Amino acid sequence: MTLSTVRIIAGLTLKEAARRKVLRSLAVLTAVLLGLSAWGFWRLDIEFGTLTSGESRLAASQVLNLVMFGLSLIAALGTAFLAGPTVSGEVESGVALAMMTRPVRRSAVLAGKWLGLVTFGAGYIVLTGLAQFLIVKATLGYWPPHPIAGLLLLAAQTAVLLTLGLLLSTAIAPMASGIIAVGLFGATWIAGVVGAVGEELHNESVAQVGTVSRMILPTDGLWRGAMHAFQDPAAVQFAATFGASPFLSMVPTPVAYVGWAAVWTALILALAALSFQRRDL
Amino acid sequence: MTGSLEAAAQLVAELPPAAAVWCSGLRKRYRRQTAVDDVSFTVRRGEVVGLLGPNGAGKTTAIKILLGLVRPDAGEVLLLGRPVTDPNARARVGYLPELFRYQPWLSAAEVLDLHVKLSGAAVPAGERRDCLALVGLADRAGDRVGGFSKGMQQRLGLAVALVARPELVVLDEPTSALDPLGRADVRDLLLTLRERDVAVLLNSHLIGEVERVCDRVVILDKGRVAASGTLEELLGQQEVRLRLSALGPDALSRIAALGRSSRDGDVHTVLLPPDAPADAVPDLVADLVALGVRVHAVEPGRISLEERLLDILRGETE
Repeated sequence: MTLSTVRIIAGLTLKEAARRKVLRSLAVLTAVLLGLSAWGFWRLDIEFGTLTSGESRLAASQVLNLVMFGLSLIAALGTAFLAGPTVSGEVESGVALAMMTRPVRRSAVLAGKWLGLVTFGAGYIVLTGLAQFLIVKATLGYWPPHPIAGLLLLAAQTAVLLTLGLLLSTAIAPMASGIIAVGLFGATWIAGVVGAVGEELHNESVAQVGTVSRMILPTDGLWRGAMHAFQDPAAVQFAATFGASPFLSMVPTPVAYVGWAAVWTALILALAALSFQRRDL
Repeated sequence: MTGSLEAAAQLVAELPPAAAVWCSGLRKRYRRQTAVDDVSFTVRRGEVVGLLGPNGAGKTTAIKILLGLVRPDAGEVLLLGRPVTDPNARARVGYLPELFRYQPWLSAAEVLDLHVKLSGAAVPAGERRDCLALVGLADRAGDRVGGFSKGMQQRLGLAVALVARPELVVLDEPTSALDPLGRADVRDLLLTLRERDVAVLLNSHLIGEVERVCDRVVILDKGRVAASGTLEELLGQQEVRLRLSALGPDALSRIAALGRSSRDGDVHTVLLPPDAPADAVPDLVADLVALGVRVHAVEPGRISLEERLLDILRGETE
């Protein structure tokens, strides 16, 4: 019964995502981003026609990371604003009342919502990411070294953020939870950049900022892993000589860190289930 | 050993089915406000029970506790014989909330499908369609709920409450958004449910509605059960109005002997005691005629539930 509840609610969540305006706005934003990037890569090819193949690969991988950041931002915003209102919005509107009096466990309903949102977010990342890779391949002839691993890390980043959004949505008002989730996401990214600057300057306490924030909310750490999978391996040596950039990752993400992200997600989801269980509807 | 086990099984099998709702000592506080205070009552199988009381009496909170939507601070609830903390207790329960909203991006038929799936009941498509037809939404089955008026959403809510073959239906203000025709439909629906032996807990402001369909009434006030019982128990006292002339003192004392009476011109109203014999009124009329009184009219009167409710609630405040 519990498993079938999870399946039913996951299907319902996907249907909701497909039918609501969020999907249309997401599609428009993505089309704009993909179109702009296609145009940009095409111009890049013309402008930098004089670059050596190594230089142009370097440029392509840098710009690809920049565009992928845009994509991950759209995915994060989209899913956070889908996840944020899901529980509290349904409680406020009354949609939850009739549903929760069915023979269902609240934790199963929450797990179903999570599964639906993760499927939606991951599907979006994989589809648009692949489209973006094809654009770069067609315009600049660049293909990332680990496309699948990178996309999975990006999908994991989306999952982490929407899990946080789900937890917030069991406790606070609909829009506030979306805004807080996105705010934290942005803050962690900035803390990650600050940490990278600290590493560059060999200032340990500043570098700690990035490390700590990456442990508290694993979005930025996963994003850095994804970047590393997308970028040209030569970029790291190049950066060692000429200095780092926010769209360059010096080291791949350790497996242990991915494990931590999984544990983090499970913990937050359990906390969300507990908070939803205790809530009066 | 096996024999005694079989005997025990036999005994259990022969027990009457557990009550549709049984709750005891329910208590719920929201910060300083006590919403529900020591509420206990029972809804038997196939019985229609009305929940009455002024605004803020704790009716909706009590209903939400019964359905496991709100956690009580104290007290116990059994639905159809199972503790409400077990989700399966709600497998045969239908609920129309006071705040009725359904996924606006689904069609009416899809909302019913969803609830049937969640309930785990096997309800064929034809029966689901009949259920929509029952609430007058047959021709809107494929339309998105987002475009429905409030009244139509409440009708859909009724269909949702009834679709999964419930043994208990809880309706919280089921006619708040309905026109008079819709209200009459709901009344018919309640009577049909009673015929089908489905237990109903009905919270409604429309006392007339409750009086017409309910077997029993529970009156809540300030979170407590102020009174409860069958309509006969609650409205036990009946009255009779007599228009009389040519009254002598003997006739007046004869009237006073029957029960408390009041006089307004030539109309005398006599409150019949609960234990009055069945032919108390014909006897009175015969005696009055024998005493030379001219009897112009005799009208039976019944204290309405509304008057009784007001009496009880005012009595509480005093």
